[in-house]
Amino acid sequence: MSSDTLAAVEPAVELEGITKRFPGVVANHDIRITVEPGTVHAIVGENGAGKSTLMKILYGMQKPDEGTIRVNGKEVTFRTPSDAIDAGIGMVHQHFMLADNFTVLENIVLGAEPKRAGMLDTARARKRVTELASSHGLRVDPDRLVEDLGVGDRQRVEILKVLYRGARILILDEPTAVLVPQEVEELFQNLRELKAEGLTVIFISHKLDEVLSIADAITVIRRGTTVASVEPSQVTARQLAELMVGSELPTPETRESTVTETVALTVSGLTMEAGPHHPGVPLEKLRQEGARLLLDDVSFDIHKGEILGIAGVEGNGQSELIEAIMGMRPAHGHIALDGADINEWSTLKRRESGIGYIPEDRHRQGLLLEASLWENRVLGHQTRAPARRGIWVNRSAARADTERIVKEYDVRTPGVDTLALALSGGNQQKLIVGREMSGEPKFLIAAHPTRGVDVGAQAAIWDHLRNARAAGLAVLLISADLDELIGLSDTLRVIYRGRLVAGLDPSHVTPEQLGGYMTGAITDTAEES
Amino acid sequence: MPAGLYRALLTVAGAVAAIILAIAISSVAIIAAGASPGAAFTAFLNFGETERAVVNSITTMLNRAVPLFIAGLAVAVGFRMNLFNIGVEGQYRIAAICAAFVGSLFTAPSWIQIPVIILVAAVVGGLYALIPAVMKVTRGVNEVIATIMLNYIAINLAAYLVRGPFTGKRAEGLLTTTTPTLPESAWFPNLNWLFTMFGLPAPRGGGLWGFLIVAVLLGIGLWVLLERTRFGFDVKASGLNSSAALASGVNPKTMVISAMVLSGAIAGLIGLPEILGDKHSFGSNFTPGLGFLGIAVALLGRNKPGGIAIAALLFGFLDRAQGPLQFASVPPSVIMIMQGTIVLLVVIANEITSRIALRREERRAAQQLGRNTPVEVAA
Repeated sequence: MSSDTLAAVEPAVELEGITKRFPGVVANHDIRITVEPGTVHAIVGENGAGKSTLMKILYGMQKPDEGTIRVNGKEVTFRTPSDAIDAGIGMVHQHFMLADNFTVLENIVLGAEPKRAGMLDTARARKRVTELASSHGLRVDPDRLVEDLGVGDRQRVEILKVLYRGARILILDEPTAVLVPQEVEELFQNLRELKAEGLTVIFISHKLDEVLSIADAITVIRRGTTVASVEPSQVTARQLAELMVGSELPTPETRESTVTETVALTVSGLTMEAGPHHPGVPLEKLRQEGARLLLDDVSFDIHKGEILGIAGVEGNGQSELIEAIMGMRPAHGHIALDGADINEWSTLKRRESGIGYIPEDRHRQGLLLEASLWENRVLGHQTRAPARRGIWVNRSAARADTERIVKEYDVRTPGVDTLALALSGGNQQKLIVGREMSGEPKFLIAAHPTRGVDVGAQAAIWDHLRNARAAGLAVLLISADLDELIGLSDTLRVIYRGRLVAGLDPSHVTPEQLGGYMTGAITDTAEES
Repeated sequence: MPAGLYRALLTVAGAVAAIILAIAISSVAIIAAGASPGAAFTAFLNFGETERAVVNSITTMLNRAVPLFIAGLAVAVGFRMNLFNIGVEGQYRIAAICAAFVGSLFTAPSWIQIPVIILVAAVVGGLYALIPAVMKVTRGVNEVIATIMLNYIAINLAAYLVRGPFTGKRAEGLLTTTTPTLPESAWFPNLNWLFTMFGLPAPRGGGLWGFLIVAVLLGIGLWVLLERTRFGFDVKASGLNSSAALASGVNPKTMVISAMVLSGAIAGLIGLPEILGDKHSFGSNFTPGLGFLGIAVALLGRNKPGGIAIAALLFGFLDRAQGPLQFASVPPSVIMIMQGTIVLLVVIANEITSRIALRREERRAAQQLGRNTPVEVAA
C-alpha cells in the first residue's frame, strides 16, 4: 500500500462525527479519524481524553450516539465485539486476558477452537498457530504455560490470539505500558512486520517518543475530540505533547538539591520470606536452606529532603518493601524512623509517628470507595487530630479539613459528602496525596503517585511532592514511569528479584540503562555515585 | 438536594416499590393456594373489632418485633464488617438458657437481678461467638461454616441442659421441661400503662414486654457506636475495604474479634424479652428460629438500626396475622412467602437504588469537572 495508490485504496477505518454521551458528560464528540490500510496509526491523548471510550466504540463494546464507522469503505454498526471481530477488527487489551494455567496454544485457540468430531483438533490448531507466528515474526513456543511467560511474550500471545481470529485491523491499547525499553523495541519490530504484511495497527498511547518512532500517522485527542492529525516527521515530541495538553507542559524535574544530613529513615538488612515468616532466623541460614526470598538484604537510608527512587519491573519486591516498612507483613532486618527502632510497631503506630503512604493501587489500599470524601480523609488518621476527639470521630473537623484538601489540592468534587467513587482517578489521587501530606509526615511512601492520572493532576502531584521535599520530607518513590523516577529522585536504586542491584545518579542515567538493570540484562553492581 | 437525603429518599422509594411488588407476587401464591387475596389482606389489616382485641393485636405485633429487632441488630454488626454471623441462632439459645438458670439461682432487688441476668446473657452470647472469631483469626476458618456447626452444638447443648443439669421442677400437668422459674424480682415490668394511660384496656397474658425499652436503648446505643465513634469507623472501613483498612492501621484481627463478640453479646439478649417478660424460664417450648429470621431482618433494614426497627415491625405485623388468616381460611404459610419475597425484592431494590444514586453522584462530579476545566489553548 504505497502512497501513490492511496487515493484509490479505501481507508481501513474511517470514523466520522463519532459522539458518545454518558449522563452529564460527553466522552467523545465529533471524532474524525481516517486510518489508511497497512499503516501504524497512533492515537494519542492524556488519560481521560476519551481514547478508551473511542476504542470501545470501535471494538463494539459501546454504541456511539452519533456518527458513522466505515471499515474498508463499508459502513458498519457494531453491537458486540464479535461483530467487530467479524469485520476483521481485533483488540489487544492493556491488561492481558489470558488463562495462566493454559499453554500458549490453548490460549490462542480458546473460544475459537478448531474441532474434529467434537474434540479439539490440536494438530490443526498447532499448524495454524505456527504458520501465523512464523509469517508475522512473532516467536513463541506454543507448548509453554502462559504463567511461565514474561510480559513481552504474553503480549505476543495476545496479538497472535487476535490474528488467529482473522483480524486485519489491530487495536493495541497502551501496549508499552507494561514493557521495559528493550521489550518495547521488540514489540515495534513485530508491529513493523505486521505492517509489512498489509495489516493495519491502531496504536493507543501517551508515550510520545514511542509514538514518534513507530507511527505513520498520528491523531491527537483532547477532551473527547480530535484536535489534530499530524505526520510524525512534522512534529516534535514537545509539540505533540502541547497538542495533547493544550497548554504549557509540566516536567517532573526537581531543580536544586534539598537533601540534608539528617537521616529520616534507615532500612537495613530487610529480608522477607516467600512462605511463612520465621522470626529470628538469620539471613545466612535462610539462604543456606534455600528459602525463596521476596526481599533479600535490602538496605538504604533516606535523608530529610531527599527523594529516593526505586526503579524496577513490577513484581520484583516493591510491594513487599512497602508492606515491610508499613508493618503490614513481617520481615527480618531493621527499620528505624528518626533514629527510633520501629520494627515492633504496628501499622497504626507507624502511621501515627509520621509515615505517610500513597498506595500503588488507590482503589485497593487507599480509599473507601463507597464512603464520603470526608470519611476517606479520616482513613489512616482515625486516631489523630483533626479526625479524632476521644472515642469519637470528629465529624465537623474532619469535614472542614477535607474542605481544605479539596481547595489546596484542587480536588474537583461537588462537595465533601460525595462518595469517593464518583470522582475521577486524578481527583481521587489528589485527595489521597492531600490526606497523606496532612498531619506533618516525616516520611512518605509514594508508590506510583501519578499512575492513571491526567497530565494536569500529574503536574500538581509532582509539585506537591517537590514542595514537601523542600520542606524536609523524606520520600521513597516507587514508580514504573522512568521519566518520573529520573526527574524527581535525588538518588535512584534499582530493585531486581528482591535485591537492590544498582545505585544510580539520576542526572546521568538514561532510561535504556535503567531498563538494562531492571531486567537484569546489566548485572555489574554499579555503586552509588 | 444533599447527596445523603437523596440516597435516603431513594432507598425508601425502593423499599415501598419492593413491598408493593411482594404483595402482588404473594397474591398469586394465595390464589394458587385456593384462597382469595382480598380476604387475606383484610385479615392482615384486621386488628379486631373491640378495643381489647386491637390492643392485643398491637401487643402481639410489638412483642414479636422486639426479639426480631435485637436479632437483626446482632446480625447487622457482623454484616457491617462482611462477617456472616449465622451463629446468632445458637448464641441466643445458649445465652438464654444460661441467663434463665443463673437468674433462678438467687433473689435480689429487681435493679440488681435484671441487669445481672442481662449481663450473663450478653457475656455467654459473646463468649460463644468468640469461638468462631478466634478460629477465624488464628487458623483462617470461615466464620460461616464455624457458626453453622456451632449452632447445632448450641441447640443440642441447650436441649440437654434444660432436661439435665439446669432443669427445674416440672409444674403439675405440664409436658414441657423448663429451667427453674425466675423469682419475681427478675420479672421485667410490662408496659401496659402505655395503653391504660389512654383509657384502653390492658392486653391479656404477659402484656406488652418491658424489654421493648431495653431494645430501643440498645438500638440507639448501637447506632451511636457504629455511626459516630472511632470503633464504628474502623468497622465501616474494614467492611468496605479490608486492604485499605489494613494499610490505614486498622488491625483486622482485633476488628474480627470485637465485631464477632459484640454481635454475639447482642444475640445473647434475643431470648430475654420472652424469658423476663412472659415465660420466666427457658423451656423446651422456647421460641426457636429468631436468629435466622434476624438475618432477613438485617438484610431488610440495610444493617442500620432505624431500618432494622422498621423491618422488625413489618415482620411482627405479618406474623401477627397468623390467627386472623386461619379464620379467613387462608393458609398462614402465606406469611412466610410474603416475608421471603419482601426480603428478596428489597435486596434487589437496594441494589438498583444504590446504582441510581451512584450514577447521579458520578454525574454531579463530572459536571463539577466540566465547570472547572482549565482554559483551553488553541492547538
